[in-house]
Amino acid sequence: MRNPLSDQVVALKPSGIRKFFDIVSEMKDAISLGVGEPDFDTPWFIRDEAIQSLEKGRTFYTSNSGLKELREEICNYLKRKCDVEYEPLKEVVITVGGSEAIDIGLRAMINPGDEVLIPQPSYVSYEPCAIMAGAKPVIINLKHENQFRLTAEELLEAITDKTKLLILPFPNNPTGAIMERKDLEAIAKVCIEKDIFVMSDEIYSELTYKDEHVSIASLPGMKERTILINGFSKAFAMTGWRLGYACGPKEIIAQMTKIHQFAIMCAPTTSQYAAIEALKNGDEDVQAMREAYNQRRRFLMDAFREMKLECFEPFGAFYVFPCIKEFGMTSEEFATRLLEEEKVAVVPGTAFGDCGEGFLRISYAYSIDNLKVAIGRMKAFIERLREKKEC
Amino acid sequence: MREKILSIIERNSRIDLKELAVLLGMEEIDVVNEVAAMEAEGVICGYHTLIDWEKTTQEKVSALIEVRVTPQRGQGFDNMAEKISKYPEVNAVYLISGGYDLLVSIDGKSLMEISRFVSEKLSALDSVLSTATHFILKKYKDHGTIFNKKEVDEREMITP
Repeated sequence: MRNPLSDQVVALKPSGIRKFFDIVSEMKDAISLGVGEPDFDTPWFIRDEAIQSLEKGRTFYTSNSGLKELREEICNYLKRKCDVEYEPLKEVVITVGGSEAIDIGLRAMINPGDEVLIPQPSYVSYEPCAIMAGAKPVIINLKHENQFRLTAEELLEAITDKTKLLILPFPNNPTGAIMERKDLEAIAKVCIEKDIFVMSDEIYSELTYKDEHVSIASLPGMKERTILINGFSKAFAMTGWRLGYACGPKEIIAQMTKIHQFAIMCAPTTSQYAAIEALKNGDEDVQAMREAYNQRRRFLMDAFREMKLECFEPFGAFYVFPCIKEFGMTSEEFATRLLEEEKVAVVPGTAFGDCGEGFLRISYAYSIDNLKVAIGRMKAFIERLREKKEC
Repeated sequence: MREKILSIIERNSRIDLKELAVLLGMEEIDVVNEVAAMEAEGVICGYHTLIDWEKTTQEKVSALIEVRVTPQRGQGFDNMAEKISKYPEVNAVYLISGGYDLLVSIDGKSLMEISRFVSEKLSALDSVLSTATHFILKKYKDHGTIFNKKEVDEREMITP
C-alpha cells in the first residue's frame, strides 16, 4: 500500500504541551497550573441568550462571514476599545475561534517561500500554520531583558526581501508580556518602511493590567497592513463556544472568507447569538474577571519575590514566566521533577519555542486557594534544590 | 479602593490583611488604616460566618414574616422596626415596598417556638395589623454562596 500521509503534516512537531499533559492526566492529586483557559464559567446572561436563541429555533447556518448584527457589534466594540474603525460588511469575518483566523489569514496571504516572522516564546500554532500555508517561518527569539517585548532592532534584523508578514502575539501567551504604545510605534515604523504586513493576535487584549490595551491597527498607516485577530474565549470566558474574528483590509478578508466558506461554512450560530449579547452587556463581567486575574497575578509575583525566584512582571494574559536558570537544569527537567516530586504541573518554556529554555509557564486561571497550595509545594521543591546546591 | 477591599472581605472576612494588600497592590499599612476607618464609620458592621445548619446536629427553623403595621405620626415605620429588632430571635428586619411593610427574618428551635413568637409577641404589638409567616424549607444559596455545590475543574487537557 502507498503511504497514505502527507509528508509535510507528518514532519510537523507535535505540541510540547501535549506530551507533558499526558503525564499529568495519569497522576492522582496533581495540581495543575498548566491550563490555558479561564476558570470562570461563561457569565450567565450570555448562556441565557444562547438558550433563548435555541428556544426561538435559531438553528440555521448564518451567512459565511457571520451574523451581520454580530459584525456590527464587533466594529462598535473595536471602535470603543481600540479606536480603530472597520466596515462590518466587508472588513470582518467571524471564525471558529481565533485559531481559525490565524490559519485562514496565513493561507490567504502567503505565497510559497514567503517568510513569516514569528516572535517566540509564543502560542504554538503559528509555526505549523505558517508551514502548512507554504511559508518559511523565521523565528525571532525574544529576550528576557526586554521583558519579552519585540524591539524594532530585532525586527529589522530578521527582515529579508522575502519577508511578507509579521505575527504579533501580544498580550503574549506564554510570557504575559505586553506591547505598549511606544513599543508598537517603533514596530509600526519598521513595518511601513519595509512594506510588511502584520497579523496581530490580540486574543488576550481584555486581560491587560497596565493602562489600556493598544492595537497596532490603530496606529497611523497600519490599519491597511494589519489583520487584527481577536475572539471571545479569553475576555468572556467562552472557550468552548469556539468563536473568534478577524478584521482587516477588505481584499484580504474576502480571500479569508473564501477559505472559511469552503472549509467551515460558518461559525456556530448559537455562539454567534450569545456573542452579540456578550459585546452589548459584558463590560462589567469582563472587568470583574480582569480584577480577579490581576489579584492572582499580584499574589504570584509576591510569592516569587518571597521565594527569590526571578520573574519579570508581566502585564497581560493570565500567565507568569519565571526564570529557573539558577537551578542548572532544563525547563523540561525542572517541570518533570516538580511534577514527580511535588505533583505540581507547569509547562516548560521550551514548549513555546527554543528561547523559552530556562523558563516555566505558570497559568493563574486558577482560584487563589488553588494557587496557594501549588505555590507552597513549589516553594518546598525550590528550597530543596537550593539546599542541595549549597552542600 | 474601598469598594475593592469590601468586595473581597464581603466574601472572605478572614483574609489576612497582608494578603489583602498584596492582592490589591496596596501597602499593608494603608489597608489596615482603611479597614479600621470603615469599622469606625460603621461601613463594616461585623464579620459573620455563613453556616449551613442542615449539616449540623442542631435543630434550627427559620422563617420570613411579612408584617403590616400602622405607621406612626412623625415616625413612619422606624419606631416599630426598632421595637421588633430588639427581640434576640429576630435576625433581620427590612422595610419593604409592595403589599406589606416590614419583612422580619427569624430563627428558632422549632415551628412551635416561631409560631409562639408570632402569636404572642409580634401580633400582640399595638401597631401590627397582620402577619404572614413563611417557613424556610431549604436554603439553596445564601450570601452569594451556593450550598452543596461541588467545585470540580471540568477543563480537559487540550493543546495547543
